[in-house]
Amino acid sequence: MKLKKKLAISDTGFVFDPHSGESFSLNETGTEILNMLKEGKSQEEIMTHFLENYEVDNDTFERAYMDFIAMLKFYNISEENEKD
Amino acid sequence: MEKKIFERPLIKKLQTGMPNKFGTKTEYDPITDIDGVAIKGLMAQYGSPLFVISENTIRETYREAYRAFSTRYPRVQFAWSYKTNYLSAVCRTFHQEGSWAEVVSGFEFEKALQNGVAGKNIIFNGPDKSTADLTMAINHGAYIHIDHFDELFLLNELADKLQKKPKVSIRVNMDTGIYPQWSRFGFNYENGEAWEALNRIMLGKKLELVGLHCHIGTYIMTPTAYGIAASKLADLAVGLASKYKHNISYIDMGGGFASKNTLKGAYLPGSDTCPSFDAYADAITSALINSSISPDHIPMLILETGRALVDDAGYLLSSVIANKRLADGKLATIVDAGVNILFTSFWYDHKVTPAQPFGYHTEDMIIYGPLCMNIDVIREYISLPPMKKGDHIVISRVGAYNMTQWMQFISYRPKVVMIDMHNAVHLVRENEDLSYVCQLEKHPEHLNDIKPL
Repeated sequence: MKLKKKLAISDTGFVFDPHSGESFSLNETGTEILNMLKEGKSQEEIMTHFLENYEVDNDTFERAYMDFIAMLKFYNISEENEKD
Repeated sequence: MEKKIFERPLIKKLQTGMPNKFGTKTEYDPITDIDGVAIKGLMAQYGSPLFVISENTIRETYREAYRAFSTRYPRVQFAWSYKTNYLSAVCRTFHQEGSWAEVVSGFEFEKALQNGVAGKNIIFNGPDKSTADLTMAINHGAYIHIDHFDELFLLNELADKLQKKPKVSIRVNMDTGIYPQWSRFGFNYENGEAWEALNRIMLGKKLELVGLHCHIGTYIMTPTAYGIAASKLADLAVGLASKYKHNISYIDMGGGFASKNTLKGAYLPGSDTCPSFDAYADAITSALINSSISPDHIPMLILETGRALVDDAGYLLSSVIANKRLADGKLATIVDAGVNILFTSFWYDHKVTPAQPFGYHTEDMIIYGPLCMNIDVIREYISLPPMKKGDHIVISRVGAYNMTQWMQFISYRPKVVMIDMHNAVHLVRENEDLSYVCQLEKHPEHLNDIKPL
């Protein structure tokens, strides 16, 4: 999935969506995933990164990733929901 | 390179100035052990969910309560409220500390006897005492607390039949300035019913009046209500001494002290608002000592405190079964402990703490139990760190009423373990299985044959 282009993500996990004016906070893993999505990384690349660097198995990560992506869509910060 | 601990990725919308019904973050540290015993090890050995009882907490709480009263009043006796938790290991701990037994049914009476309590140290409360129950209580010399006139008349009959003089008290209900006023137990003070019962006992001469009892309510947050109740019972005692030259042996203030649990809808946590034992003790003992009861005949003060003595000693360990999103985006976490074993979740917003280390981010969620029932909600609104399937949680302050009001429903009831004073773990109740659940069942003969479906 692609994020909105103008989405601002700080190093500490603060997210600002200039289109809607809404702000969000992320935890460490959420920040990493959002930054990788912004860089255009695929789900496979993100998964490989997490399996290499975190104590997590394939299924657990995939389940958590699915839920996170669903929440990005829910909050309208993915590109497919972009109106302009 | 050592791998980092994985926390579920989390995104949370920031809303300034909006009221937050989930409240703020409440958990800052995980609970990884109870009395020095690792939770991970307990769950690996005894399964999930699992009730854990701390013997040390029971004894410390009892001693704190006893100290609060005994330093203010010369004669104090606690009687363990069986209905609050009648697991034998729990009852026996209280009995070792010196508690009598306070029972409200024939079953509880038998259990107290089985736990080694002498009949003369059993207080028999409750509205339902059958002829057989009362006969047992009379023969064991227990203190029978009369709830209504039908029971009084039955006791008179039994006294004749058994040629014994049962030891009795009357239960008195009254206005103590709190709402709701409990008027269902015993005889009313204000309308003269209590005096009518006392007159019948004293003039009938078949029963030995030994005490006065009240049970003004449950989870009473106002110690002054106990002060009012104690004054009214003292007034009856003074009246008996004056009218009949009869001095009662004890005044029993019943139970009802609040525990540190947070009632649903409460604005502040129970741990901040719950009165101390000292506050209750001060109100009760001041009222008795300042009354007109003669110092030569000062009655023993009996307390049937249950909830406040055992709630903190009980923990329920549970595991995350799944996380799911509800239609409105709210996170729902499903755990393997449901309302069938955590009855008090209908009254309390229980403290729930993860049992493994977590970061500083939290997520608003609802915690469901495992039952296929919509009412199976452990916490409706709570803000906790992200948890994943298999993670453990600790539900605190579950020692009162859960291990008696729990029900076998949909799944088997779990094991209960007690951690003793030396941090050794003892299994004090086995988990149920199919043979346990079916052992009382029978079916008609014509249902023997079931053709393969």
